[in-house]
Amino acid sequence: MSTQDIPEENLPSEQDAGHAAVAEADAKDPFADPGLPPHEHRIQDIDERAAKRSERTVALLFTLSMVATVAFIASFVAFPVDKIVYIFPFGRISALNFSLGLTLGIALFCIGAGAVHWARTLMSDVEIADERHPIEATPEVKAKVMDDFRQGAKESGFGRRKLIRNTMFGALTLVPLSGLVLLRDLGPLPEDKLRHTLWSKGKLLVNQNTNEPLRPSDVRVGSLTFCKPEGLEEHDHDFQTQIAKAALMVVRIKPDDIKDKQQREWAHEGIVAYSKICTHVGCPISLYEQQTHHVLCPCHQSTFDLSDGARVIFGPAGHALPQLRIGVNEEGYLEALGDFEEPVGPAFWERG
Amino acid sequence: MSTEETKTAPAADSGRKAPAGERVADWADGRLGIYGLAKANMRKIFPDHWSFMLGEICLYSFIIIILTGVYLTLFFHPSMNEVEYHGSYIPMQGQLVSEAFNSTMHISFDVRGGLLIRQIHHWAALIFVAAMLVHMMRVFFTGAFRKPREVNWVFGFLLLVLGMFTGFTGYSLPDDLLSGTGVRFMQGAILSVPVVGTYLSMFLFGGEFPGGDFVARFYSIHILLLPGIMLGLLVAHLILVFYHKHTQFAGPGKTNKNVVGMPLLPVYMAKAGGFFFLVFGVIAVVAAVASINPIWAIGPYRPDMVGTGAQPDWYMGFSEGLIRVMPGWEINLWGHTLVLGVFIPLIIFPLVLVSIAVYPFIESWVTGDKREHHILDRPRNAPTRTAFGVAWLTWYFVLLVGGGNDIWATHFNLSINAITWFVRIAFFVAPVLAFVATKRICLGLQRRDKDKVLHGRESGIIKRLPHGEFIEVHEPLSQEDLHTLTAHEQYEPVAIGATTDENGVERKVSASQKLRAKLSEGYYGEDNQIPKPTADEYKEITSGHGHH
Repeated sequence: MSTQDIPEENLPSEQDAGHAAVAEADAKDPFADPGLPPHEHRIQDIDERAAKRSERTVALLFTLSMVATVAFIASFVAFPVDKIVYIFPFGRISALNFSLGLTLGIALFCIGAGAVHWARTLMSDVEIADERHPIEATPEVKAKVMDDFRQGAKESGFGRRKLIRNTMFGALTLVPLSGLVLLRDLGPLPEDKLRHTLWSKGKLLVNQNTNEPLRPSDVRVGSLTFCKPEGLEEHDHDFQTQIAKAALMVVRIKPDDIKDKQQREWAHEGIVAYSKICTHVGCPISLYEQQTHHVLCPCHQSTFDLSDGARVIFGPAGHALPQLRIGVNEEGYLEALGDFEEPVGPAFWERG
Repeated sequence: MSTEETKTAPAADSGRKAPAGERVADWADGRLGIYGLAKANMRKIFPDHWSFMLGEICLYSFIIIILTGVYLTLFFHPSMNEVEYHGSYIPMQGQLVSEAFNSTMHISFDVRGGLLIRQIHHWAALIFVAAMLVHMMRVFFTGAFRKPREVNWVFGFLLLVLGMFTGFTGYSLPDDLLSGTGVRFMQGAILSVPVVGTYLSMFLFGGEFPGGDFVARFYSIHILLLPGIMLGLLVAHLILVFYHKHTQFAGPGKTNKNVVGMPLLPVYMAKAGGFFFLVFGVIAVVAAVASINPIWAIGPYRPDMVGTGAQPDWYMGFSEGLIRVMPGWEINLWGHTLVLGVFIPLIIFPLVLVSIAVYPFIESWVTGDKREHHILDRPRNAPTRTAFGVAWLTWYFVLLVGGGNDIWATHFNLSINAITWFVRIAFFVAPVLAFVATKRICLGLQRRDKDKVLHGRESGIIKRLPHGEFIEVHEPLSQEDLHTLTAHEQYEPVAIGATTDENGVERKVSASQKLRAKLSEGYYGEDNQIPKPTADEYKEITSGHGHH
């Protein structure tokens, strides 16, 4: 583009411009290229015995490879797939995996080592210089190509018959749309799917470990309980998708320690229920600090204060964990008093 | 038959049949024109340098990945249907897992050699991406990307990026707890995209996360779409390497117009062919002794469970760093949320990669050099380029540290908050420091080269002069060394020149010209390269009375 304004003399001289007459140059130019150094013989080039030794080494390596392949087949047949052995320093490992990998590795490595040793000691190591040719075409070739192109373009009438040209561009632009349209059924529209979870009024909090509904007395200060909504079972076909939104963590905090007023009202005697799904990018939060009531997401270390509305106190999360309003039903079980008021999990454009 | 033979070998050996190999070659030549191809390539010269092996490691690990990958497809079921596990791994009996996980367990515990192939596949993938990055750095620091190789640089860069995503879609396939967490992270990042984020997520996952589709979709991306593109790029990359011929370092007899080395047949056929087996052999041994992605210890994916110390495969670590150290900015306006805390890292992620990819084009604009370059630079002789490369690597490693902040915290007993803050600051500061320091080091090395050329090398011999003074004898360099140390090119900075001509008429200087002059000064100005010694300087010093 704008390189014309850099004068030629600004560019360093061609590296080999002045080195045509190499031999007589050194008196004038001590830095001149002395040309390829003379070939230095290897021991194998001058001593046939050394060459023989190399030959035997290479043959030995190839033979070793053959032995290793036989050993590979033998291990495949000999070791049962579930045999565990102790091998220092790797510990208790699969005998089959270890022996197959080792023998395969040796079989392959020896072929490589043999070939490289052969090349390095026995094949000619005389350096040869090959000419390079410029990548760019000569002006004559370029002129011929340009002529051919102009001729072809002229014969097609592409420039002259504008109607053909424009309709062709139109057709070619539109036809990929079919492919794009076909992608529509890759998935449903988002609608308000991300705003709802399985929780609703009256759904019991079911302990994930015991699969029993939770009573307030089950939740002690300092413990962390993971809950799912009543009726959601592991064998349900959409269990994974539902639990990805509905996962809940329940802790008990002394009511006086709860700093946030709304939080206290949504809790039951200090038992608070928060979404387990991090508001950063959706990892499940699983680390709970009993003394401070901080929870930490192990993926990206977002830290939330459960005694203060689960607001973010460190890390990359952008907003507090949504709280689920809970109470106790007539039978004394903890129940949800509705769905989450705001979407759980990572933020998105329509969240607002 | 006989008439054909008399045609090809008329007088010399009348009636004798050509050897079988030759006849096969004749047959192929008549249909494929192989003799023309072989004439140009059979004795093609390749120069020797250890760093030229790096690209070979990429090629070979790619071949290993394809071979082992095809084997794995024979046993893997890319389905997310939930089944009860009843394989031979006892602790997991009866657990609900996806078919993808189930078949990966089957490969690992019930198929003889399946675990080995799985581990070779995964190890080779890690090595593949690592080798591509190191190979790219070799090309970068030696200036091998310069004309005529810019297009090949771009091909290589695309291979690196595609390799990263092929790796990501690959390690997500077993549907284990660790990789599922990574997929969740990706989905959360996609949700942050303004306006279309939720749509992209729904379309990619066939509904809400995780749904029942992503393993099958990632599977076709992982085994067909991306590797197909990569195979095409790889072939193009290799064709260009052959077409341009290899670069070489300066040295006696090596010029910009030749290539010095040994021929493909036999030396490189044996060395490069043998190297494939060396790479394969080493990876096989690694897979025999070092377990990788032990999904039986990690367990199947559940969106409400996670393990601590979750880490992606290393090449995704820098994106992990971006997402971990970014402050959680969220802007809520008019009922919409702009999730900057996630979206900004998502934008910087490709920019980190693109910033190194576009460098060759910036440098060629600054130098305005349109000639072909086949002689490699020693990194010290291109201080600004080298400093930029080191700054970029520093940036990359700072982000890797950020991506592993929990690992650093637990292994070195450090505060995770302190590490995060360190990375936040170092993200901006460390590359600048690295740039300045590297440039000084390069200039220092240039000075040392100059000193060596003019004053010879230290011989270690101490001589006592008649009047009692001790001096160290310096030995002059051989002409080979003198040539090698002075063979590099040095540019002059581009000057804008007078902005008014002799008649006082002002000349228009565009902003881009000014920028280029400034950059050029930064590259080649007085303090930014050490003028290499001239023959006159050398003669003046060496002609007179010895030197010390």
